[in-house]
Amino acid sequence: MNQPRQPWSLPVIVGSIGRPVNNALQRLGFASRFFVMLLFCSGQSFRRLHLTLREIYFSGFQSLLIIMVSGLFIGMVLGMQGYETLQRYGSAEALGVLVALSLVRELGPVVAALLFASRAGSSITAEIGLMKATEQLTAMDMMAVNPIARVVAPRFWGGVLSMPLLAAIFSSTGVFGGYLIGVVFIGVDEGAFWSQMQASVDFRFDVWSGIVKSFVFGIAVSLIAVFEGYDAVPTAEGVSGSIKSTVVKSALAILALDFVLTSFMFREA
Amino acid sequence: MSRKVLDLWVGFFVALGMAALLVLALKVGNLSGANFAETYALTAKFANIGGLKVRAPVKSAGVVVGRVTDIRFDAQSYEAVVTLYIDGRYRFPKDTFALILTAGLLGEQYIGLDPGGDEKMLAAGDAIAKTQSAVVLEKLISQFMFNKASEGPSGN
Repeated sequence: MNQPRQPWSLPVIVGSIGRPVNNALQRLGFASRFFVMLLFCSGQSFRRLHLTLREIYFSGFQSLLIIMVSGLFIGMVLGMQGYETLQRYGSAEALGVLVALSLVRELGPVVAALLFASRAGSSITAEIGLMKATEQLTAMDMMAVNPIARVVAPRFWGGVLSMPLLAAIFSSTGVFGGYLIGVVFIGVDEGAFWSQMQASVDFRFDVWSGIVKSFVFGIAVSLIAVFEGYDAVPTAEGVSGSIKSTVVKSALAILALDFVLTSFMFREA
Repeated sequence: MSRKVLDLWVGFFVALGMAALLVLALKVGNLSGANFAETYALTAKFANIGGLKVRAPVKSAGVVVGRVTDIRFDAQSYEAVVTLYIDGRYRFPKDTFALILTAGLLGEQYIGLDPGGDEKMLAAGDAIAKTQSAVVLEKLISQFMFNKASEGPSGN
């Protein structure tokens, strides 16, 4: 007869550490395999382009409103705060530089990706998770339709393609917001605002690095969203947990990747 | 939603994104102005370049005519060798003077070219002979202090 385990015996402690690590590694392995499968199956999402276009509509076009409004407000706040600090040093003309560089390099890609993760990523997870819970994915498999090629890949590529465009739109509306506050309301000289901005923002180093960042964030967010949906526990509770985990993991991934990418880009410059 | 309407909105979205990229490239960045179509290289040796950086502008009469593309240290002469790419439309005389100047009191440093009166022009790859180093604030202050001290008590 087995002896009842002591509450704090060594096997219990080792097990309580080992089980989560084991599960996390297993999930990471499945995620990698899933990513490779996704890449192999994505040929179809380009051959049947309307599937991908539909997803660009849902995750890209429908995020436009929140992206543009938040970009405008962030630009306006940057304009106010930047002016407040810069005018102490008598260099309020550098406001354009401050607004444009902070938006193009950092805030544009990062905030747009965070908004995208919570607006589009969560809905992708919910959609795929519910499809799994209602056994639509299994049904597709039964009809010899590969659910990864039919459902997952178009959503992934829709997100990846939308993200850089959304970040660029975010940055430009933000610059416009900074212009609105700085030039129209506060009265910074318009010529100095634009010319100083153009003199210190470089396309290759600043704008391009922002585009690369947003592209990488797009891959990360879309992959997390489709994976969490595909791997969801097929119950109401499981799907809601997956949605939560999409938002949390996307946010962490965006910020961590931003640190890594920035440190690479600054070493180059 | 019919496929035509969907395509229309996706097209609108993509066009808006492209327009935003174009704004970032042309209005915010300087893709149009900074990349000169045709350039030629000049070098200049400075005893001290101060805070000059690669990509700093090269100006003549206040107009940007080129960019600093490379800064090296010459171990033979212990000087800084700065490579400048000058817009191909502009030629400068042989006795052009290259100075390291500062925009404003604490601004960025750039290279100013003061053209001389020589008939011969600098060709690609030539070195600018006459240069003036950057003004280092600490040296200026110590010079000032030294002068003050040498004036002695009679000055007070």
